[in-house]
Amino acid sequence: MIADYFSQAIASFVGTACFGVIFQIPKRSLVQCGLAGMVGWLVYYGLIQADADPIAATWASAVLIGLIAHYLAIRFKVPVTVFSVSGIIPLVPGGMAYDAMLRVVQNDYMSAVELGAKAFMLSGAIAVGLVFSEVVNQLVKKVRMGIARAGG
Amino acid sequence: MNEPMNVRSNEIVEVCLLAGKIMLENGGETYRVEDTMIRIASAYGAENPQSFVMPTGIMFAIEGSEASTRLVRISQRSTNLNKVTEVNDISRRIAGGQLPPVEACRLLKGVASGAPVYPLRIQLVLAALASGCFLILYDGTWADMPAAMLCGGTGFWVLGRMARLSSIRLFGELIAALVVGLLSYLVVHLGVGQQHSTIMIASVMPLVPGLLITNAVRDLMAGHLVSGISKGAEAFLTAFAIGGGIGIALTLNG
Repeated sequence: MIADYFSQAIASFVGTACFGVIFQIPKRSLVQCGLAGMVGWLVYYGLIQADADPIAATWASAVLIGLIAHYLAIRFKVPVTVFSVSGIIPLVPGGMAYDAMLRVVQNDYMSAVELGAKAFMLSGAIAVGLVFSEVVNQLVKKVRMGIARAGG
Repeated sequence: MNEPMNVRSNEIVEVCLLAGKIMLENGGETYRVEDTMIRIASAYGAENPQSFVMPTGIMFAIEGSEASTRLVRISQRSTNLNKVTEVNDISRRIAGGQLPPVEACRLLKGVASGAPVYPLRIQLVLAALASGCFLILYDGTWADMPAAMLCGGTGFWVLGRMARLSSIRLFGELIAALVVGLLSYLVVHLGVGQQHSTIMIASVMPLVPGLLITNAVRDLMAGHLVSGISKGAEAFLTAFAIGGGIGIALTLNG
């Protein structure tokens, strides 16, 4: 159990950092990018292990990655995509899309459409999760500005 | 303030367009490109700067006594977030009032011609490593890792080669996915790997259009509907190309 989480943590850290290299992010951001991806994946993995709905798990993980990316972007003064872009890659429903494709090839269009729709919903969950984190970020900014104005 | 405004406004437009072009060509979000250009122009005191950015071009105008409007076409797009970050830093310095236009232009040209942070060889090795790691994330066995790394690295290499051969990106993605699919059957046949499906899924991951998905979402959020939808369409097409390549590989293996 612990060993499982450990290997997942290492694999997700290295995997997302490698993706950072493919996207040519600055060298100083590589470790933080790997950490963002690792935290996001571990939350997803933990939720899946606890029998959560995959769509909800993907959404929650995408929100978390978005929030971490926003925090790191402000902290280290780099564009937010540097962190969010590789962090969400492990969440992409590659396996589901593969299964859908397999059914298409086998002329089993009913299951293909079902699996395809599921894969589509999962990618939608990633997008909505990112949007949600952006909204939270804007709200936090507004509240902070409001407090500063009230205080000043 | 005795220098003629004409020169100044030309210089401002020059700096703004250069900054915008570098950002857009290297994977910056549309809203960030517009924002950066307006910020630079305002920092130099331009009157009512307007920028309109699409994935394929930038229009930029400033008003005032010497109004100026220019257009740049963006034909080549790749991903180099380091350049986007560097332009971001330069625009921050300009906004802080520390950089005259001539100096900013020189710095930006340096960024534009800069070499990639990570050479292609390292990218290739790390794309292979990424495939190996994703195999673990998708419940693969450690024994299959070398096979996934081989397939993933080859797929990424093929994508790079195809990009040089043909300007149609979708074609390169389809061929790369096809090669990955066939190679994963081959490695299983040779006994290097066991589960061809997991190897295939993990090896295709370096081809996934992650940047397009996130940028499309961010652009839609910022109200850039044209850019957001066109980037989303591009991401969809890429996903279909990858699916098509895998589909052909599956069909060929009956």
